[in-house]
Amino acid sequence: MNPAELKYSEEHEWVQVESETVVLVGITEFAAESLGDVVYVDLPEVDANVGQFEKMGEIESVKAVSDLYSPVSGKITERNEQVLDNPQLVNDAPFEGGWLIRVLLDDPSQLDKLMSADQYESFLASQD
Amino acid sequence: MDDNVHLQRTPLYDAHVKQGGRLVPFAGWEMPIQYTGILDEARAVRSSVGIFDVSHMGRLEISGSGAANLLNRVLSVNASALRLERARYNVICDESGGIIDDCIVYRRSEEMFLLVPNASNTDSVLQWLARWNEPDAGVAIVNVTSESAMIAIQGPDAVGMVDGLCDIDASAVRPFATVKASIGSSQVWLARTGYTGEDGFEIIVPADSAGELWNALASAGATPCGLGARDVLRLEAGLLLHGNEMDTGVNPYEAGLDRFVDPDRDGYVAGPVLNRLKKAGLSKRLVGFVLTGRGGIPRHGYAILGGAESIGIVTSGVHSPTLDCSIGMGYVGIQYADPGTVIQIDIRGRIVDAEVTELPFYSRRRSG
Repeated sequence: MNPAELKYSEEHEWVQVESETVVLVGITEFAAESLGDVVYVDLPEVDANVGQFEKMGEIESVKAVSDLYSPVSGKITERNEQVLDNPQLVNDAPFEGGWLIRVLLDDPSQLDKLMSADQYESFLASQD
Repeated sequence: MDDNVHLQRTPLYDAHVKQGGRLVPFAGWEMPIQYTGILDEARAVRSSVGIFDVSHMGRLEISGSGAANLLNRVLSVNASALRLERARYNVICDESGGIIDDCIVYRRSEEMFLLVPNASNTDSVLQWLARWNEPDAGVAIVNVTSESAMIAIQGPDAVGMVDGLCDIDASAVRPFATVKASIGSSQVWLARTGYTGEDGFEIIVPADSAGELWNALASAGATPCGLGARDVLRLEAGLLLHGNEMDTGVNPYEAGLDRFVDPDRDGYVAGPVLNRLKKAGLSKRLVGFVLTGRGGIPRHGYAILGGAESIGIVTSGVHSPTLDCSIGMGYVGIQYADPGTVIQIDIRGRIVDAEVTELPFYSRRRSG
């Protein structure tokens, strides 16, 4: 269920490497299911800088509010406006239409600190 | 207090586990917050029919020749005037007019009443009843909560479904009426009441046949719903929740419950103070509001602002699937309570516009 081509953080974000310096970021299906119906997403503005594993925004479901953490350091080049307008997309397609931000990386070597799909699944199993 | 210590389970606990309910601690009970999803469950109740386990609510039998008299001393409505097999919503107020609990009183026979308080207030209601009950008044007060389960079945298809399963004409039971009926081999009490803004029943069923009834309703097509959906539905319907909109710090006039309060009765212990409060007028009032800006859900305890000034506090807020926006209730200074007033909610530092609106947010179209 967790696509093999993505990288994962312990905060349940995924990273899709689009080029050597550009990545797409979202939350995993596990995170979306745990949250339940998402009704609001607060993301940093375009051109804002985010730091790896630092708080970058909030995601709110009908049940609770959770912080969003950036899995990489860099500058936001795009926000998913469709998700801002229709947060339910995060539940409907967490790995596709529900992506959150596109980031220009400060340091591509940070990607090594993230998990593979297999490692993420072991991580999930260890959390039970 | 550790939330997981001494949690009580309702007779439907096994059914919830089997059907995948997500169980959480609530008012001392282990209750399902949701099954498949809060919004889906709420939509099912608005469009067809849902079932809720509400067995955690108290069931207190108050009987004897002095029963009506005792209830008249503590309830905000006239129990003596309640007709047989009818129910009334009311509040129980303390000496300062604060709300100890809101509950429904049912008259099952001339000298037998059932009082249904909130789960978390059952003990305080029992204490308040005991305080005003005189030893020789001929009243027995028995907590029978554990003997039965209570299932709410709500939605436009609820009455038809109950009608198909029970031995009486369920559609002939009037709103706020309560009658005995048989469903399968069980003797139940049906009450045409609820907490969702939809038509339906609350069914009191013996504990040992509760699971069977729950499964029969689910098999007939009713969607099992958790407390999350119940909270969304009651808020859309403009119904108050004790602990959020009501507590001993507010009086029924501030809560907008005037029509459920009759202070001018001999012996009503809160009558004199309520009359004084009514004459003094209000400094704050409960209002409903709709978020007009984008910014999340206005949750319990968030500040309400009027410009730069703090003018009140949010008591409840949800995302309304029926209105597709965030809605809430809260107390504001009386000068901000008129519908149409623009206010702001401080949602974790984001200042989001909202507008005071008439309650309820949602009312069903009534047939006939």
